[in-house]
Amino acid sequence: MSEWPLWEIFIRSQHGLAHKHVGSLHAPDAEMAIKNARDVYTRRNEGVSIWAVKSADITATAPGEKAPLFEPANSKVYRHPTFFPMPEEVKHI
Amino acid sequence: MTTDEQLFDYLLRLADSDLVLAQRLGEWVGHGPVLEEDIALTNVGLDLLGQARLWFAYAGEVEARFAGGGRGEDALAFLRDGGDFRNLLLVEQPNGDYAYTMARQFYFDTWHQLVLSRLAASSDARIAEIAAKALKEVTYHVERSTDWVIRLGDGTAESHARIQAAIDDLWMYTGEMFAADETDAALVAEGIGCDLSAVAPLWRDEVSAVLAEATLKLPGEAWMQRGGKQGVHTEHLGRMLATMQWLQRAYPGAQW
Repeated sequence: MSEWPLWEIFIRSQHGLAHKHVGSLHAPDAEMAIKNARDVYTRRNEGVSIWAVKSADITATAPGEKAPLFEPANSKVYRHPTFFPMPEEVKHI
Repeated sequence: MTTDEQLFDYLLRLADSDLVLAQRLGEWVGHGPVLEEDIALTNVGLDLLGQARLWFAYAGEVEARFAGGGRGEDALAFLRDGGDFRNLLLVEQPNGDYAYTMARQFYFDTWHQLVLSRLAASSDARIAEIAAKALKEVTYHVERSTDWVIRLGDGTAESHARIQAAIDDLWMYTGEMFAADETDAALVAEGIGCDLSAVAPLWRDEVSAVLAEATLKLPGEAWMQRGGKQGVHTEHLGRMLATMQWLQRAYPGAQW
């Protein structure tokens, strides 16, 4: 069964929240990937919606490029909006 | 007039088919072809076991009305002998290969869904309630087993040959699903039970359509085995029960 492709599974836990990656599984096709995901990842009422994406279709950053990609942001504190006094009454920001 | 004995018998038929098939599916645990299937099939088995418990609980209450004391679900499941089981012959057949298991499941699920959808409108409120709950689970079971029959049939030459052999071998156990006896007739007359003669053509249409899509041949007219609903079983049930009931028989009342 090693010829079955690998699928990445994303589940939305409640209305209004984004789909989250929960893991991966093997399945012969997209429809079976959804069914398998239902049985493997939503046994305890975890979700209201499932996405399945072929793992091979995901383009990822290379671990070796971590430094040039992400480290320059570390020295740019001014990108964080922490310099503005927020009125007490304003919530959820 | 439907007697409580008949209602009890009817409930046992529903419960026993669920229980026996759940036990068969349980035999796959740890042996599934892939991890995902292992989990999925076990889910189906557990659904059926849960349904069996609901039917047994009600059966025990009905039994108390005429027998002076109703048995609990454990006693009904573990302390009855083969001749007292009322399950369909189909579900007691051994697992065989995965095609065999899926063909058995497909025949049963398709029947199960049709029967439950009618029982959900039963004049007996308790039956209607249990059937409505079970129907949601079984609707998914049908999707799964149908998918597998199509994929195996329309797959490789090897998978096609195996699923066709399973579809052919198990065909003789499908006639019984629609063979109504006095118990069935009495419950249908009261609006409690499912009219099997109305369900038969629907089942045949559904099965034919799926087999056609799967590039499989519908088996022709053949001798149909019967007896499960009356307690006359194939030799496979006894062996299965020996495994399933061993603990409660050797250590009565054992708990964990």
